[in-house]
Amino acid sequence: MRGLEVELEQAAPIPLAARLACAPGELAALVGPSGSGKTTILRTIAGLYAPARGRVAVDGTVWLDTAARIAVPPHRRRVGLVFQSYALFPHMSALENVAAAMGDRPRAERAARARELLRLVHLDGLEARKPAELSGGQQQRVAVARALAREPAVLLLDEPFSAVDRATRERLYREIAELRRVLSMPVVLVTHDLEEAMLLADRLTVLHRGRTLQTGTPLEVTTRPASPEVARLVDLANLFEGRIAGFEPARALTRLDWRGRLLEVRGPAPASVGTAVTWIVPDGFVILHRRDRPSRGEYENPIPGRIEQMLALGQTARLTLRPDHAPELPIRFSVPLHVARRNGIEPGVAATVSLLDEGIHLMAPPAADDRSARGEGRQDGAQDAGQDREQGPRARERRAR
Amino acid sequence: MDWVALRLSLELAGLTVLLLLPIGIALGRFLAYRAMRGKEILEALVALPLVLPPTVFGYYLLVAFGAASPLGRAWQALFDRPLVFTFEGLLLASVIFNLPFAVQPMQRAFEAIAPDLRAAAACCGMSPWRVLLRIELPLAWPGILTALVLAFAHTLGEFGIVLMVGGAIPGETETIAIAIYDRVQAFDDRAAAQMAMFLLVFSLATIAVTFFASRRVGRRLG
Repeated sequence: MRGLEVELEQAAPIPLAARLACAPGELAALVGPSGSGKTTILRTIAGLYAPARGRVAVDGTVWLDTAARIAVPPHRRRVGLVFQSYALFPHMSALENVAAAMGDRPRAERAARARELLRLVHLDGLEARKPAELSGGQQQRVAVARALAREPAVLLLDEPFSAVDRATRERLYREIAELRRVLSMPVVLVTHDLEEAMLLADRLTVLHRGRTLQTGTPLEVTTRPASPEVARLVDLANLFEGRIAGFEPARALTRLDWRGRLLEVRGPAPASVGTAVTWIVPDGFVILHRRDRPSRGEYENPIPGRIEQMLALGQTARLTLRPDHAPELPIRFSVPLHVARRNGIEPGVAATVSLLDEGIHLMAPPAADDRSARGEGRQDGAQDAGQDREQGPRARERRAR
Repeated sequence: MDWVALRLSLELAGLTVLLLLPIGIALGRFLAYRAMRGKEILEALVALPLVLPPTVFGYYLLVAFGAASPLGRAWQALFDRPLVFTFEGLLLASVIFNLPFAVQPMQRAFEAIAPDLRAAAACCGMSPWRVLLRIELPLAWPGILTALVLAFAHTLGEFGIVLMVGGAIPGETETIAIAIYDRVQAFDDRAAAQMAMFLLVFSLATIAVTFFASRRVGRRLG
């Protein structure tokens, strides 16, 4: 098997139940609040942390297998790690820092290769500077060059952008994206910043209290969260409770009762009729009706209400609508600013939105064995979410019948 | 001026420092990085010479080194000479009573190195030995230098323990500190004043040079 495979399990001192896979050339982001175990997982891959039970393999080479009592020490794992603090050696120049990771390369080649790597991260001319004489962004680039110097089988980035200012961060994002085209190893990025993960990652793994809850593309995770817990962790708007009211096999439509209002949802029901479910409708699937000429409203889950708030952010207007049937449950969505202007949107006016039926995502309540909450069986979310929205053990049972 | 005593003192201090360099690095590093139960007890043992009266400490060393003790007997069997009232015995005692002066600054110096730096060095493919040589020692060097100077100066000045363990045999165990006391007892004020002045100037110069050197090292490390 090519790429990185990680499986960790322990109860104490830090509870862990994590699975992670990353193909060569892929960037996987580990996202979660602080204390969720992201850095511990990264340190385990590098060999700096020893979990009670676990297995780490890269391109078929086993680095850790507690069952077989294999634990390769960090200096024998071909791993490049960019630390949150960068951890540059303060007594060495930028060039020496990079060359320090080239122990297995002939001495004569080191300086030339280190120069090449520093050029790759746009630091040519600063080779002789000590870390203290470099800016935060420059230090981060030295750390990246040093991590690549060992020709690592896997590149690990631990919150590498958290210590630089916003402008530098944007520039570093672009550089990392650019750099990835020349890198062929798996890259694992740890971050608490969802936007950063969405921007850089091919796949996102949501972590909470040491458990991997869902793995999928950024789009899947933010539009089809595996559980309400994931939806809350990635801070999704428009998370509501409802009840399954019926299912129309002919049209493949599920009816959802939301506080007395019936909504149509594309796809089969994740649970039997009468079951309480949590559902979301992501921002992009909430459509504002033209106020002068309401249209298509009948079939598209129209929700009349009152605009409570309008925040203009650049060319986008962020709106909050209080539905007439449930004013305590505001719907948040955004439209281009000119659309809001043309429709005379301002706080207090009446407006109607449609919740597009293919955008509404239903989440079955956790089953008795708690498997859906633990995200097991959702490791393959990247493959199946496109064709099949059914989730949770009950849905699987239904399909099996 | 008692040149024999001065030479003996310098030899004793130099050899003590030479022995304490590896011992201090090993022990200081161990105390700085290794998490273990009962570490406080080990640290207390190392610090003991700081608080114990020299005569008490010297008495116990005398007992431990004596012909009746296992160590004294083993030494006698191995080298065919006693451990007490010899230069070797004095050197061993000197290493032991200098432990806190050498170990504590080194321990602090190793503790001051950010844990991420050592982890980063391992992730750069450096074996633990290479990490020690290329990262830890260069960064801890000012602390190590301070430790050695403190131990050197302290050896030149130690009186009570040296007298207890070594006696005051000229050319074998009579150090300059004891020679000064000897001269004062014999009302030879001139010789005492000369030697005291020499020790004062020498100590001051050594410490000044070290401070200067460690500041330069510190600046180089940025």
